[in-house]
Amino acid sequence: MEDLLQTKGRIFDIQRYSIHDGMGIRTIVFLKGCVLRCRWCCNPESQEYVIQTMMVDGKPKVIGRDVTVAEVMEVVEKDRAYYRRSGGGITLSGGESLCQPKFAKALLQTAKAKGISTAMESMGCAPFEVIEEILPYLDTYLMDIKHTNPAKHKEFTGMSNEMMLENARKIAASGKTRLVIRVPVIPTFNATPEEIAGIAQFADKLPGVDKIHLLPYHRLGQDKYEGLGREYLMDGILPPENEHMDMLKKVVENVSRLNCQIGG
Amino acid sequence: MAKYNSSRIPKTERITRLVEHLYAKMPEIESARAVLVTESYKQTENEPLIIRRAKAFEHILKNIPIIIREDELIVGSSTIAPRGCQTFPEFSYEWLEQEFETVATREADPFYISDKAKKEIKEANSYWKGKTTSELATAYMAPEALKAMEHNIFTPGNYFYNGVGHITVQYDKVLAIGYEGIIAEAKAELAKCGVGDADYATKSRFLEAVIISCEAVILYANRYAELAAKMAKECNDAVRKAELETIASNCRKVPAEGATTFHEACQSFWFVQQLLQMESSGHSISPGRFDQYMYPYYKKDIDAGKITREQAQELIDCIWVKLNDLNKCRDAESAKGFAGYSLFQNLIVGGQNEAGQDVTNDLSFMCIEASFHVFLPMPSLSIRVWNGSPHDLLIRAAELTRTGIGLPAYYNDEVIIPSLMSRGLTLEEARSYNIIGCVEPQVPGKTMGWHDAAFYNMCRPLELVFTSGMDCGEQIGPKTQPVEQMRTFDEFYAAYQEQMNYFIALLVNADNAIDQAHTERMPLPYLASMVDDCMARGKTCEQGGCVYNFTGPQGFGIANVADSLYAIKKLVFEEKKVTLAEYKKALMFNYGQEVSPLVVAQVAGNVAREMAQKGIEPNSDTVARASQEIIKQSVTAEDKKKFEELLAMIDNLAKFGNDEEEVDMMAREAAYTYTKPLLQYYNPRGGQFQAGLYPVSANVPLGAQTGATPDGRLAGTPMADGVSPSAGKDVNGPTAAANSVSKLDHGIASNGTLYNQKFHPSALSGEAGLDNFVNLIRSYFDRKGSHVQFNVVSRETLLDAQKHPENYKHLVVRVAGYSALFTTLSKSLQDDIIRRTEQGF
Repeated sequence: MEDLLQTKGRIFDIQRYSIHDGMGIRTIVFLKGCVLRCRWCCNPESQEYVIQTMMVDGKPKVIGRDVTVAEVMEVVEKDRAYYRRSGGGITLSGGESLCQPKFAKALLQTAKAKGISTAMESMGCAPFEVIEEILPYLDTYLMDIKHTNPAKHKEFTGMSNEMMLENARKIAASGKTRLVIRVPVIPTFNATPEEIAGIAQFADKLPGVDKIHLLPYHRLGQDKYEGLGREYLMDGILPPENEHMDMLKKVVENVSRLNCQIGG
Repeated sequence: MAKYNSSRIPKTERITRLVEHLYAKMPEIESARAVLVTESYKQTENEPLIIRRAKAFEHILKNIPIIIREDELIVGSSTIAPRGCQTFPEFSYEWLEQEFETVATREADPFYISDKAKKEIKEANSYWKGKTTSELATAYMAPEALKAMEHNIFTPGNYFYNGVGHITVQYDKVLAIGYEGIIAEAKAELAKCGVGDADYATKSRFLEAVIISCEAVILYANRYAELAAKMAKECNDAVRKAELETIASNCRKVPAEGATTFHEACQSFWFVQQLLQMESSGHSISPGRFDQYMYPYYKKDIDAGKITREQAQELIDCIWVKLNDLNKCRDAESAKGFAGYSLFQNLIVGGQNEAGQDVTNDLSFMCIEASFHVFLPMPSLSIRVWNGSPHDLLIRAAELTRTGIGLPAYYNDEVIIPSLMSRGLTLEEARSYNIIGCVEPQVPGKTMGWHDAAFYNMCRPLELVFTSGMDCGEQIGPKTQPVEQMRTFDEFYAAYQEQMNYFIALLVNADNAIDQAHTERMPLPYLASMVDDCMARGKTCEQGGCVYNFTGPQGFGIANVADSLYAIKKLVFEEKKVTLAEYKKALMFNYGQEVSPLVVAQVAGNVAREMAQKGIEPNSDTVARASQEIIKQSVTAEDKKKFEELLAMIDNLAKFGNDEEEVDMMAREAAYTYTKPLLQYYNPRGGQFQAGLYPVSANVPLGAQTGATPDGRLAGTPMADGVSPSAGKDVNGPTAAANSVSKLDHGIASNGTLYNQKFHPSALSGEAGLDNFVNLIRSYFDRKGSHVQFNVVSRETLLDAQKHPENYKHLVVRVAGYSALFTTLSKSLQDDIIRRTEQGF
């Protein structure tokens, strides 16, 4: 246990009272570093593993700090009363948590040992052996599936999707965690009925999966690109209308038996 | 099978029309009551005071104009104009005459007043010179207390200028036996009075006064019966005609007799509620556990098929409208502190019975439904939450919260019950508690709680630590050790405690002086007829007739004091980055920011004192010139830079409201500097002082009287509200803020604590959003928070409402313990609400 608590990792934020990423009231730990470079990413400061400086409201802000599991757990523990009432707990997010597998595992294992429920938001973008190590300590896997077409996936995220889709199948087959599929709905990338239907059909075939979340694109991260001195490649693209999201939800329900929810 | 039916009930068109009618124009001040009370007093000069009070009440009820408004099913209006108000010159009157010309145009709670009313009120007022409660109270106060009030350390203005109110009477008793039953009890008690008894004179006259008052109420109801019958006769619409006939028969029967139908019970309730506010000008007369005492009448009619749920709902909705028909004009300063035309009629649903079982019923849900339908600030709807509260009820409550109306307020049985027991209530009584006004718990029908007894500004004694008790050139507090000589934080803290203790004693002095004045000049026999144990003791509530007696003045500014003490501890004594002398200068000159009038007043005070000491007669010209010079010379460019640095250092420190242990513990200690010393004091009614921690909306106007504070707050800006963190300083989200607040000792503040949280509606969206919201409340209560209420409205909406008030006539926000119409609030209070941290994600 002591080893676990002293395991170090790099995070860029901890957000309490998070109610859109897993069940109940949760504390999200944002791990720094990602393998993808999704154009729409609302946390661009999460992508690089190195500690960066970002301009926020005209002031420089250091993004990223190295912490131990014990330090993270101290914050997570503060809201235990809320987890107990709401069925919430800890959620790892990023970045891609699997980029820091040892730290992610230590966090999840510690939380489980302390009776706190666990979830992880992840693209599953790592060798399955890495994921397999984590699964015993993970109650809910919130897995992003962004597209079924490898070429388009590569164009918009910088990587092809074969490994992630394969991992999704393996995670589902393992039966060790509750797998929920989440789809960021991004106009110009995957927001057509055909593309969403493709993802839904894929998810529907995964054993044990009964839930899919459609997360509408939003622009709340736009200012951060400027703060990092980067260009925002999605400039001018509007979030999908509510009607469009409702339509996509119907599409999902038509082509699959999945329970579909808009938003997290 | 569920113990209640929680299904939703649609709103009828009648309710829409009633609300529209009520808000058609600006409320108006009427003169009838002032004229009548004065007439009566002139005719009864040599009679016992208690009889004079009863006869005045009778004279008013016999003669005051009455009206049945269009579409009403529940009748009884204190004024002809909707939302109008009467005046109460016997408590105080001078302020109103001084404000005659500005009352219609002032920012907070304006009232129209006609020239005719002005003339009549002025004429009536002339009788009251030297006879009011406020004049007598002043005469009883210690000179130091008056001085402290002059320097804005505290203000007991509420009962200084008005009636006390702040009580819940035995509505259940009136519903059951009517005033004829109460008169019979008074007569029986009277028969027991022996002419040789020591208290024969006071007790017998008191009981006679009770009888006169109750008979007057019956007479008043009969006037309504006659008016309704007359209107029915003249009415051509068959439906309305039948309604008016029912009204007539109801008013003939109740409140003289016990109610038999739900409609009668509603009418009977209403006369009690309305006429208590005709007898005296006290506010916060709180209906309390309406869902409990009304339930037998509802159940009986429903079971007998006499009424449908829809009809019962409409009647409850009508009562909700009527609760907004009552109004009160306060002086301009008080109006800012109690902004929003609020009468704080607190009505609470849910909770436990005496035996500790949950008593949620159909009416608990229908009361929430009524607030959905009527969507107005009154009643101050509250909900009791305990471990056994049905999830359904809390979800329905959360749905109401989500609308942004600021209702209901949530109260924690698990804290309040033991807290009340620590003040001497039995377990059964404590389990039956309800809430008075904003947040004050007590047992109904037995308590004269004198809640809301004063605003005590906890930041002002902190200012005085820096000046060793000197304010604007006058020594008003103890001469504590000069800060320049202090070597440890403990010395500083001890000086703060000394200043606090000194002014707490003066606050008690002022409150007790006012209490005594009410005892002597304003015994209220009608009120006493419905509170135990007045009749058996032969005393009114003011005279100590109640079973439980308290005085509950509220302290505020905890977050400011906590952040200030923490900043001093860290920056001065631990990190040694700044000296107290430097801090003192920064505060004196408002951190080098704009020269506030408060800075000028302090400097000018000192200049005048020094001149006087040198034997120079200070005149306003020389003082002003010398002060200008001092202010100009005192703050050099180097100072300014230092002040900026100090502000930046303060900004980087931990603040209360972020779940950081050390500063949160400082807040806990800071609260104790107010809550603990108060407990040693007693009032003339034999009751204990108990602290509340809530500001109503006074954190804004009283902040305007408070100089810069060591937490970086600038002179004249609003202070933190209630036990909430300072606006904008809680940045770790709602659970962190709630955890910080729950670290205070809420139990010892048995007069109530108030915690405001602001939410963006998106945080409550969908079923999961409601669930999480309810669980947030439950968890905060698990951690022993006492009260929480929410503002759920987007910042954009509020900004737009400021720009286009005409489009937001009905926008209700939770201000502090009550809901108010946003557009009726002053600009500064609107800004404060907008500034509060928005916690949507």
